[in-house]
Amino acid sequence: MKFMIPGLRPLTPEIVMTVLALAILLADLVIKRKETLATLSIICVFVVAYTFSGSLGTAFGGMFISDGYSTFFKIVFILNVILTVLISVKYIAIEKVNLGEYYGLILFSTLGMMIMASAGDLIVLYLGLELMALSTYILAGFIRYDVKSNEAAIKYFLLGAFASAFLLYGTSMIYGLTGTTNLAAISEYINQHGLTGNPVLTLAMVFLVVAFSFKIAAVPFHMWTPDAYEGAPTSITAFMSVGPKAAGFAVMGRVLLHALYPIKPLWATVLIPVAILTMGVGNIVAISQTNIKRMLAYSSIAHAGYALLGVIAGTADGLASMMTYLLIYAFMNIGAFAVIIMLRSEGFKGDMISDYEGLWHTHPLAASLMIVFMFSLTGIPPTAGFMGKFYLFASAINAGYMWLVIIAVIFSAISAYFYLRIVMYMCMREPRQTVALSTSPSIGLALAITLAGVIVIGVLPAQVVNLARIAFP
Amino acid sequence: MVPLNWYLMLSAVVFSIGVFGFLTRRNIIIMFMSLELMLNAVNISLVSFSHYLQDMRGVILVFFIVTVAAAEAAIGLAIIIALFRNKTTANVDEMNEMKG
Repeated sequence: MKFMIPGLRPLTPEIVMTVLALAILLADLVIKRKETLATLSIICVFVVAYTFSGSLGTAFGGMFISDGYSTFFKIVFILNVILTVLISVKYIAIEKVNLGEYYGLILFSTLGMMIMASAGDLIVLYLGLELMALSTYILAGFIRYDVKSNEAAIKYFLLGAFASAFLLYGTSMIYGLTGTTNLAAISEYINQHGLTGNPVLTLAMVFLVVAFSFKIAAVPFHMWTPDAYEGAPTSITAFMSVGPKAAGFAVMGRVLLHALYPIKPLWATVLIPVAILTMGVGNIVAISQTNIKRMLAYSSIAHAGYALLGVIAGTADGLASMMTYLLIYAFMNIGAFAVIIMLRSEGFKGDMISDYEGLWHTHPLAASLMIVFMFSLTGIPPTAGFMGKFYLFASAINAGYMWLVIIAVIFSAISAYFYLRIVMYMCMREPRQTVALSTSPSIGLALAITLAGVIVIGVLPAQVVNLARIAFP
Repeated sequence: MVPLNWYLMLSAVVFSIGVFGFLTRRNIIIMFMSLELMLNAVNISLVSFSHYLQDMRGVILVFFIVTVAAAEAAIGLAIIIALFRNKTTANVDEMNEMKG
């Protein structure tokens, strides 16, 4: 693929994504079978992935950066779309919201994430973030007739918009202080003018961290997460728990480790209590949940806390392990949600933890898959979750945060209680009712991909970690 | 000539009113208006910085914020209407289907 205008080459994946997403939105008008749209959107993201190879470089005078770091995140986003679409096909038909816009919105949201990962400027970052967030708000409220889904959307919307106002206020302060919104120029200006102790810069940094913490669902800015995750359609819960979180971490890495690197001690001081609280609240509150989607929401909060360790470490190793962890998290979390979606059938919600009682006796295959994903989320070898945590904790120890890692390991041990409780329910209780699984070829494929990801990365983690290490300059 | 500080103070005050309104009011529409107030406070400070620094970036960002805020309003109101059809309330304290 060759463009006549040389400056647009780094944007090729985004341009292709925009065009194809619009095409899918229009194709909805003529295509009556919405399953076709699902196939089309998967083909679409493969085309986008194909354009990654020749897209390295910067565009618009450094506003848009396409490098290894952004490409790694874009691969996570593409994977997220493929898995989400695969688990959605049958589910949205069961929920009676089999509408074509669903796929278009997923693609637009992913486009926003891709722009965020490539943002070299706070303006581009804001635009990508809003494109991602606005599409996700609609997806969260996609089951229009369901009060819970409406409520999820409104809570997500109000707090998301509140967070972006903070992001903008922080941006405006940085702009006023340094006269630029370019991330590289900001760090240069801070270094040249010795602004490291400037109170306005500190306040701006706090505002930006608050906004990013909302996006990655870190405590104390996590209030929307359990409600939004529980009420949203399950497929979208899977999508939200991986995509926007990874995108939030992508911009966090860019802004904190590039633009604000000169004030690293300051933001590390802010992030350390946030990370401890996130791991603590996420893991402890998850214990008392009875709804499995809500439990996984708290677990997703806790996982954001682990991944924050990589950012706090602030080294190339730390970021690489954070990126690896998010990739692994995509596999294991969407895998768990795929099993949850299988339990949803006509007239049966299947999202309570008690619905899993005795699943091993009635559906051994689904139960054993769930066991693998629960082990991986806990971090038990030989699953990928263990390797992800191992690299994260190792990078934090190397950066000198031994005590923080000890706290993380304690909370991680607590998390075993609620993950393994599901395993216990499935294997050691008698089935209370007969649960019918709504299987389909596409969900089987999604489970195969996630299972392969969890096992292969768990056994051979070095390749992925090296990929992430090369990706981060 | 009005000094820059005054604009920044105005912006900070408007932003604080927005935050306060968002946190204390219980009607979704009023919370939504408070959000718009926060965004416009940011616009004030960006425009004044832009003028003071003789740089266009701030104004460009303001244009984007105004556009995005319009899209946000459309989506926000659509979500509110969808909710109102099912629940006939605009009070956030009554949105308690999910707890825990």
